[in-house]
Amino acid sequence: MTCDAGTVVAAVRAAAAAAAEHKTELTRLDREIGDGDHGENLARGFTAVVAKLDASAPETPAAVLKLVATTLISTVGGASGPLYGTAFLRAATAIGDASELDGALVVTGLTAARDGVVARGKAEPGDKTMVDALTPAVQAAAAAADSGGDAAAVLSAAADAAAEGAEATTPLQARKGRASYLGERSIGHRDPGATSASLLLRAMADAAAGGGA
Amino acid sequence: MSVGIVLVSHSAQLAAGVLEVAQQMAPGVRIVAAGGMEDGGIGTSFDTITAAVQQADDGDGDGVVLLYDLGSGYLTTETAVEFLEPELGERVTIVDTPFVEGAVSAALTASFGADRKAVVSAALEARTANGPGGVRSVDEM
Repeated sequence: MTCDAGTVVAAVRAAAAAAAEHKTELTRLDREIGDGDHGENLARGFTAVVAKLDASAPETPAAVLKLVATTLISTVGGASGPLYGTAFLRAATAIGDASELDGALVVTGLTAARDGVVARGKAEPGDKTMVDALTPAVQAAAAAADSGGDAAAVLSAAADAAAEGAEATTPLQARKGRASYLGERSIGHRDPGATSASLLLRAMADAAAGGGA
Repeated sequence: MSVGIVLVSHSAQLAAGVLEVAQQMAPGVRIVAAGGMEDGGIGTSFDTITAAVQQADDGDGDGVVLLYDLGSGYLTTETAVEFLEPELGERVTIVDTPFVEGAVSAALTASFGADRKAVVSAALEARTANGPGGVRSVDEM
């Protein structure tokens, strides 16, 4: 199964559908330990992304990711806009002008995305942020690529690990972001950012496995 | 001319209010509020911040000092500054300091014609409480 610009567009559209589908859940999680806007913000951002994709045809995977990045940065607001925007932008830069992504390039993109989020938000693993989903995702992606996985297989491994990572944020006390204001009261709630990262990766992985649009 | 000031807040009203207080002390300084989302909602807007920095820059090299209210505002702000033309971006300094006190200090210092480093320094010194005040440590309770 090839992973060309068309496949990446399909993956992004699937991510947008997931953002819309899980809007209420993400907002509920964010009401518990944040400012309650994560679901709304992400859904608004990805709605804008879909509108941009409807109006243009990016020619490379990197061009698709760059369009996603600039749109999210401008439309999401809250902390997740710059964080996701930076993630997509760094991924776009890292994969260069490749016309198709293999497993190794997906690892390269995911690693750059995670590093970008860390650089922007200064969060480390264990701080109860999206980094807790992205770090295991990168590790699982690398392992899948090493054993010969293609782009879809690598994304799928990343999504599985991200879901576990998001689940594992529940007992943590937040040390970054709005939830850190709650101190110990942030314990016992799953982190909204880690959850959305895991949902977006799952949607993109499933779309990539289904082939291009 | 003088250093420009940008006030980034999650709320348009909060940014406008702080601007009002700071401007009263420094009538001649370019202070620009960048508060809330384009639709008027709570949040920080990349586009609003970008436009505010461009507006606050007087074009003669004095640069811009930018203050923000809460941590996630820093993420949007830092991203916006990274996307500016490098020539403008390198004249912008983002300061982590109490929002109201920092804005007043920065604006006042800018009104004296101080350079960007002196304005940043004044904004940072606003951390130190001075004058009459309430409890500054629980030990005083």
